[in-house]
Amino acid sequence: MIRFVARRLVGMIAVLFAVSVIVFVVFMVVPKQNPAQTLAGKNATPLLVKSIEEEWGFDESLPVQYGTMMKKVFTGQLTSYKPRLPVSDRIVEGIPATFSLTIGAALIWLFFGLLLGYLSAIRAGGWLDRILTGVSIAGISIPVFLLAPVLIYFFATKVEVFPNGQYVPFGEDPTEWLKHLILPWITLAVLSIGFYSRVLRSNMLDVMNEDYVRTARAKGLSERQVMTRHVLRNSLIPVITLFGLDFGATIAGTAIITEKIYSIDGIGLYAAEAVAKFELPPIMGVALYGAFFVVLMNTIVDILYAYLDPRVRLGESASA
Amino acid sequence: MSTEPSAERGPWSLALRRFLRNRLAVAFLGLFGLIVVFVLAAPLWANHVADTGPNEEHTVEQITVDGEQKDVVSVEGKPIGPQWFGAGGKFFLGADSRLGRDEMVRLMYGGRTSLLIGISAALFATLLAIVLGLLSGYFGGWVDSLIARTLDVIWSLPVFLIGLAVGIALAVGGLKIGSLELSSGSLWNPILIISIFTVPYIARPIRGEVLSLSEKEFVEAAIAQGASPGRVMFTEILPNLASTVIVFFTLMIANSMLFEAGLSFLGAGVQPPNSSWGTMITVGVDLLRIQPLLAILPGLMIMLTVLSLNIVGDALRDALDPRGKARMDAALQFEAQAGAGGGAAI
Repeated sequence: MIRFVARRLVGMIAVLFAVSVIVFVVFMVVPKQNPAQTLAGKNATPLLVKSIEEEWGFDESLPVQYGTMMKKVFTGQLTSYKPRLPVSDRIVEGIPATFSLTIGAALIWLFFGLLLGYLSAIRAGGWLDRILTGVSIAGISIPVFLLAPVLIYFFATKVEVFPNGQYVPFGEDPTEWLKHLILPWITLAVLSIGFYSRVLRSNMLDVMNEDYVRTARAKGLSERQVMTRHVLRNSLIPVITLFGLDFGATIAGTAIITEKIYSIDGIGLYAAEAVAKFELPPIMGVALYGAFFVVLMNTIVDILYAYLDPRVRLGESASA
Repeated sequence: MSTEPSAERGPWSLALRRFLRNRLAVAFLGLFGLIVVFVLAAPLWANHVADTGPNEEHTVEQITVDGEQKDVVSVEGKPIGPQWFGAGGKFFLGADSRLGRDEMVRLMYGGRTSLLIGISAALFATLLAIVLGLLSGYFGGWVDSLIARTLDVIWSLPVFLIGLAVGIALAVGGLKIGSLELSSGSLWNPILIISIFTVPYIARPIRGEVLSLSEKEFVEAAIAQGASPGRVMFTEILPNLASTVIVFFTLMIANSMLFEAGLSFLGAGVQPPNSSWGTMITVGVDLLRIQPLLAILPGLMIMLTVLSLNIVGDALRDALDPRGKARMDAALQFEAQAGAGGGAAI
């Protein structure tokens, strides 16, 4: 187990290194114009370009430039250009909003996804299953950029049940915090609810055909015990993997779009604003910090998975 | 749902019959066809009905609706709403923003961009995946390790975020590697980004398939007969990948379109003067409170396209993969036993 964890941690560092190199290559090497010009944005003054050139040391060799960039990232000296503010400060400020949004949404989708999937599976083929199947497929197909405008229009504009975006810190006013987050949570959760219920349902149907389930029935366990203790428990393992990957991907993906539409002042909105202003250092910062988070989640999931399913650990030397 | 094995029919015609029996999938294939016709008809509508282009501005113009003069953009900057055929098809869905561009024309042209990028990116990713999968699965050893590890790394990257970063870098500076040169507004930028970052989704299953195929007797037989690696790869293994490739290609188009919409929505995908459904949502969201349709319509188009592709892709998988079908039949049997008779799709 310790060897497994150690290998995964080394793998994690390797992926982070790959991310930083990719981001570096993308910004410094690939573009056909002067990188300082690129960094400074479309309408930069020559003065700004000059100062960026000096700051990043574009006359140095590429490995040295890479070192400079990483040093800035680790010491929190990466700054945006207009205005010149440290990227890391802004990312740290954005964490409460982003985490409130993503963790809340994750709890909602996990709860409803598993509930719907479980109900669907134990009533497989029945009318409840068919209804839930229809609901899940509809849910899977609604992209965030459709659901968010629809929700805002119906529940924040037409009928003003919920406030129209923005974020209120939990410490300031817990009720407002909740009210402001309900629509964004639903927006982020709906797609995953549909997906998770489908995954859990098909896992459970697979597991129900296993020999040990027949054994459990044969030894006289009640249907409820068979379902919860044997079928559900074994069907959850793949769901956990999926959850870790999705949670990381949400922070680095759909959360950006959701934060932008709802004007939630988190890391995602910061990234979206940086994109709109063609400010590259914040995107570089967010990409690196976001990658760190995604990779961390993946690693945790791998380790948890190996802990729950010994076969993964034992087969590890052959497969990875 | 019994599949009568027939000696006269080839596997493809059997698959087609299985697919056609899936009414839902056929209906959604029809819907996808309609969407394609809709976007292809863009120039017809623009020239003969709306009489304007996707980027033509009508800021201070007036149109005659049922004998009544109306501003395309009101004094407060509110764009006109849907006029249907009130103005002879002009501003059928209203104007898009304070620039007063025809929303219907933009929706049709934007759909062209979205579909073009979705299909091209899926095509590139699929071709790349076939090459990588064949090399990896057939040669094994260090070639396989290298390819598999690279795919693993891409797989574990936060692809959307990095896609966003790459997208914005290319949107500002364009691309120049050797003789390959792309301008900053080129549609190739999002196509390249999406295809490279989505390769693992399709390359991994193809590699697995090649690995298992290359251990089959017919491949051994071909090698024993002295076939060259190229011949084995292209005439023995490749044809057997067809069903996997078709299924994943369909699903990849949907996936690529969502990726493109996300990038374009944030401004890192399609650049002006081109527009796509993703960029149209960006414009629409700003006017959500006064003209909600402007944000909802392009989103709805994306949803319908993605939904139809996903349903068709799933049905193709069922139709082309008899082994998976057997599993489905087992599940249906199970459901029949469980009480109410099978029938739930997917």
